[in-house]
Amino acid sequence: MSSEWQRLDPRAVPVSVILMLGVAVAAGVPSAIGLSDISVAVALGWVLPGAVVVVVIGTVAEWLRLRFSRYRVGPDRVELHTGMFIKNRRSLQRSRIRTVDVTANPLLRIFGLVSVRIGTGEHADKGTVRLSPVSRATGDQLRRTLLDRPAAAATAEGTLAVLDRGWIRYAPLSFVAPLLGFSAVGGALQVADWFGLSGNLVEWTIDRLSGLGLIGGLAVLVAAALVLGAVGALGLWVEMWWNYRLDREAGGTLRVRRGLLTTRSISVEEDKAQHSTLLPPAPGPLAHQVAADVVREPVSPTEAVHLSPHPVAARGRRLRWALGGVLLAELPLLLLGLLLTDVLLHLAWITALIAVPVAAALAVDAYRSLGHGLHGDYLVARSGSVRRSTVALQRRGIIGWTVRQSLFQRRADLATIRATTAAGSGAYAIRDVATGTGLDAADAATPGLLTPFLDFDESR
Amino acid sequence: MKCSGPTKSIADADPSVAWVAERTAGGRKSDRRAVGWWSTDLVLLFAGPVVVLLVLGLLIRPARFWLVAPAVVIAVIGLGAVLALPRWWFRVHRWEVTDTAVYTRTGWFWQEWRVAPLSRIQTVDTRRGPVEQRFGLATVVVTTASARGAVTMPGLDHVHAEQVAEQLTEATQAIPGDAT
Repeated sequence: MSSEWQRLDPRAVPVSVILMLGVAVAAGVPSAIGLSDISVAVALGWVLPGAVVVVVIGTVAEWLRLRFSRYRVGPDRVELHTGMFIKNRRSLQRSRIRTVDVTANPLLRIFGLVSVRIGTGEHADKGTVRLSPVSRATGDQLRRTLLDRPAAAATAEGTLAVLDRGWIRYAPLSFVAPLLGFSAVGGALQVADWFGLSGNLVEWTIDRLSGLGLIGGLAVLVAAALVLGAVGALGLWVEMWWNYRLDREAGGTLRVRRGLLTTRSISVEEDKAQHSTLLPPAPGPLAHQVAADVVREPVSPTEAVHLSPHPVAARGRRLRWALGGVLLAELPLLLLGLLLTDVLLHLAWITALIAVPVAAALAVDAYRSLGHGLHGDYLVARSGSVRRSTVALQRRGIIGWTVRQSLFQRRADLATIRATTAAGSGAYAIRDVATGTGLDAADAATPGLLTPFLDFDESR
Repeated sequence: MKCSGPTKSIADADPSVAWVAERTAGGRKSDRRAVGWWSTDLVLLFAGPVVVLLVLGLLIRPARFWLVAPAVVIAVIGLGAVLALPRWWFRVHRWEVTDTAVYTRTGWFWQEWRVAPLSRIQTVDTRRGPVEQRFGLATVVVTTASARGAVTMPGLDHVHAEQVAEQLTEATQAIPGDAT
């Protein structure tokens, strides 16, 4: 790759024209319909010039951005200069580059363009350079040259995982599904509101469901929202994970490719691997197998480790949080019920009857997930309720410790111990561990580091 | 990367460590003048909204009560904070630099204890805000490669802070590697 200054791809200008036209249509059509109450001429008279202004300003801005952006891939550094009035210069040391992501949305794909994000994993924003757009060939070349480490040991190239279409069955089970469902209902009401029809829509729905009574009607609505959400989650899953494959490439990089409409390619330098989502929700044993392959161990540390459970006091804390949360949610119902009407009080006890056991079950489950352990080169910590997450952290990647203890934790002799690291979110926690055992674990994970600060009590 | 060592259960280990940070004796305090600095900072912080509310209260006659009342409330809270917090912080904050690591302890209700090994330190800065300068103080900030691993030692005598920073810089440079 030449080390001359280069410009971003000029085809960004037509891309921007199309994008701005899209924005103009999306914003203009509802406004035009709203204004057409007055007269069609007035509506067009306001909306058309507005659309032209939006398209022209957007396009000129994009053209100026391209004109004043240039980048250079030198032997030691990657540099990006941007900005017309305020010059913005960013420079990344090549030896610190850890990730190269290449993404292309459908519009960029039509023009054969891609957007490249080069990351060092440090200081989120300052540590990344974004080149958008460059041609597909340039993107590919950048991906290969930037992560090529000549020193990397001879690595076995090959595919670690490919998409199994059966995994789609996990898509509707995620939290995304109900969220999507209810936002779809909200969105439908919003659109209806634009056309001044929301009242009609609500009335129509009440008419349809009047035969079922209040509870039945609500149940039907909730079920409909959930079904919608599940369908949406399936669609999202297909868009996100289509053509998924995880490969190990020459030069010691891991590469994830996925996406139906927007294609994404995420390359990660293996030696200093970052926290990345490498796999869609997949069956447990397979996930552990892929994890093992990625870290080149016969068995994944997340599976092989024996996790020590945490003290019972941690369960008490979770139960108190859960019940406190329920109480807090019920409080407005109770207050309004006492002040206004008994109906709300009935609603409060009915919901409490459902919410208390659910919250308690979640709390107990959260307690059962808690655990930590050492396995070979890894410190493993697990936490979470419903969504259990297990983190395996390479011990030599730990660059410090943070111990946090609230007043309540201190009384129960618990502490939350975080290992700080350059990778991922910067710190990974062992939550609510017994202070002594937790510090012992930290001391064992990074021998010597904590010793000056620990007081070895000889009497015990 | 090698696969070595048997699976070790931490529960089996002898929990024979007591946490030295729990003891008030461990570590050094900020400079006594830090109390003055923190108090001034808090006064400035609370003075802003109080002054704005009072001025508006004087100008806008009909809403006077609704502007002056919150100003008084904020002023009372501020007074309490100015009198109590800096002395409290001075009592509980601790820092220490050893041959191998930097460590700080802050807070009491939520006690936090941070340690960064010298070998993983990337930058050592001294920071001096305008008020801090007035009191002849400086803050030493130690950053590591982790986005969440910074360790700060506020309110040191500024000459002492320079010495600490210099000592840390020298100690870090003596250790090879890119600190990741």
